[in-house]
Amino acid sequence: MADAMRMENVCVSFGNKQILDNISLTIEEGSFSCICGPSGCGKTTIMSILAGYIMPDSGSCTFMGRPVTGPSPDRLAVFQENTLFQWMTLWENTLFGPKIQGKDMKAAAKKARELIALTGLEGFEGKYPGQLSGGMQRRAELIRALINDPRILLMDEPFRGLDAMTRAMMQEYFLRVFESTGITMLLITSELDEAVFMSDTVYLLSTMPATIKKRMPVAIERPRLLEHQASQEFANIQTEAFAIMESEALKAFEHIPSTRT
Amino acid sequence: MTQTTAQPAHAPGTAPSGSAGKPKAFFSRYRPKVESLITCTTLAIIFLVWFEVTRRQVVPKIFIPSPHDVLMGFNETIFTGYHGKGLAYHCLVSLGRVLLGWVVACFLAVPLGLAMGLSSKVRAVFDYLIEFYRPLPPLAYYTLLVLWFGIGELSKVLLLFLAAIPPLTIGAVEGVREISPSVIQAARSLGANSRQVFYRIILPATTPAIITSMRISLGFTYTVLVAAEIVAATEGIGWMVWDASKFMRSDIIFVGIITMGATGIGLDACLRIAARRLLKWKYN
Repeated sequence: MADAMRMENVCVSFGNKQILDNISLTIEEGSFSCICGPSGCGKTTIMSILAGYIMPDSGSCTFMGRPVTGPSPDRLAVFQENTLFQWMTLWENTLFGPKIQGKDMKAAAKKARELIALTGLEGFEGKYPGQLSGGMQRRAELIRALINDPRILLMDEPFRGLDAMTRAMMQEYFLRVFESTGITMLLITSELDEAVFMSDTVYLLSTMPATIKKRMPVAIERPRLLEHQASQEFANIQTEAFAIMESEALKAFEHIPSTRT
Repeated sequence: MTQTTAQPAHAPGTAPSGSAGKPKAFFSRYRPKVESLITCTTLAIIFLVWFEVTRRQVVPKIFIPSPHDVLMGFNETIFTGYHGKGLAYHCLVSLGRVLLGWVVACFLAVPLGLAMGLSSKVRAVFDYLIEFYRPLPPLAYYTLLVLWFGIGELSKVLLLFLAAIPPLTIGAVEGVREISPSVIQAARSLGANSRQVFYRIILPATTPAIITSMRISLGFTYTVLVAAEIVAATEGIGWMVWDASKFMRSDIIFVGIITMGATGIGLDACLRIAARRLLKWKYN
């Protein structure tokens, strides 16, 4: 398969603080990739570069072979922060992209209905974001992006702040969308089990400045179901990833002086 | 369970999102029952105290007129008129001045405030000018206005206009600042250009702050009404109060104050109803 996005030797510093150190990664077209690392390690910076919000200091970032020069509806981002337009209903939010891009609204409305059905949001079309639960808001953000047929969907910790049950449900909804649309997806998360459960490839990051510790393929069959989380295969990958991440997690505490005397 | 220790702590407000809509429903459902009763009781107590204090002549009539005197004052000003003009006329003249000053201020200051919120350069021009004159007592610069623009309507309306401006610009600036940059980023990446971002994101997102600042501004304009009608006026509620004070007509002063308060509440109620209509997303 062709590469949808490719990052080569990307370095980024803010002031004199280095955030990213020589990051190289490829995202295959039609795959589900995941960037997983300890919190505050620079994951969001990677996503901002892929989305085109910031430019790397050195190295290159390409989309379908062409350099990324700015944001584009081809590479849509779903943030950890709620960015739904509070003054628009779910329906209006969903159709925002097609409307301002002057697309065929009849086709867009048909697609909106399909996506709303796929994510279990029927009956809430006329509700404002403030009237939706946290999980519904995340799904609304997902379909607001998906309706534009992006070539790749970038998701920055989209399940952060949700309780465990809702999070598990959201993982299933997002997987269902991925498996039925075949759209290229990149997920950023600090949860290892979530990363392994959802993706084809997991990139494990070190603490800041972020480097890629390991690229782990996850060869578990799709559609992925919750039962897979109990399989031996899943456990093996997770154990391996956990061992790598644990050493990184411990590093985060090294600079803190011991309180025991 | 051990794996969850790697998870960052959730912001306290974001965790259980299912019940987000409940507190609002609670307030809108129960407020009219208990709280309006408390409000009515408070008003009734104030009225009773007023009634008793004046009935027992605790304070001379010239300081606090009795409810009956005030009622007679209303009767006099409405039907006989004060200095030849009825209360309704004085009221309309004042409302005309207040609304003219305030509406013109809204049309100028809200766009100015939005521009200040969006551009640090525009803010650099106007911020300190507004901050400088905002705390000045209106009477201080009213003398200048009279000197420059004469004793006619223009200086009066200008004073009200100037009083109306600062809350509007400050409200609009804050409204723009409160918009999360990622909301604008989201709109941009969905294909919106600057014009669309302004009309579809910035304007609707700042509307609640702007409406609130319009309410504060209208109240502020009201507070300078008497000042604006002191110089060379022969009509208006503010002038009526000022003039009555020279003749120790405390009953007329009360009539004027009650009328101003009531019309102020009425105007604010209109704005609140408009806000509820306009901001369905916020009040749902």
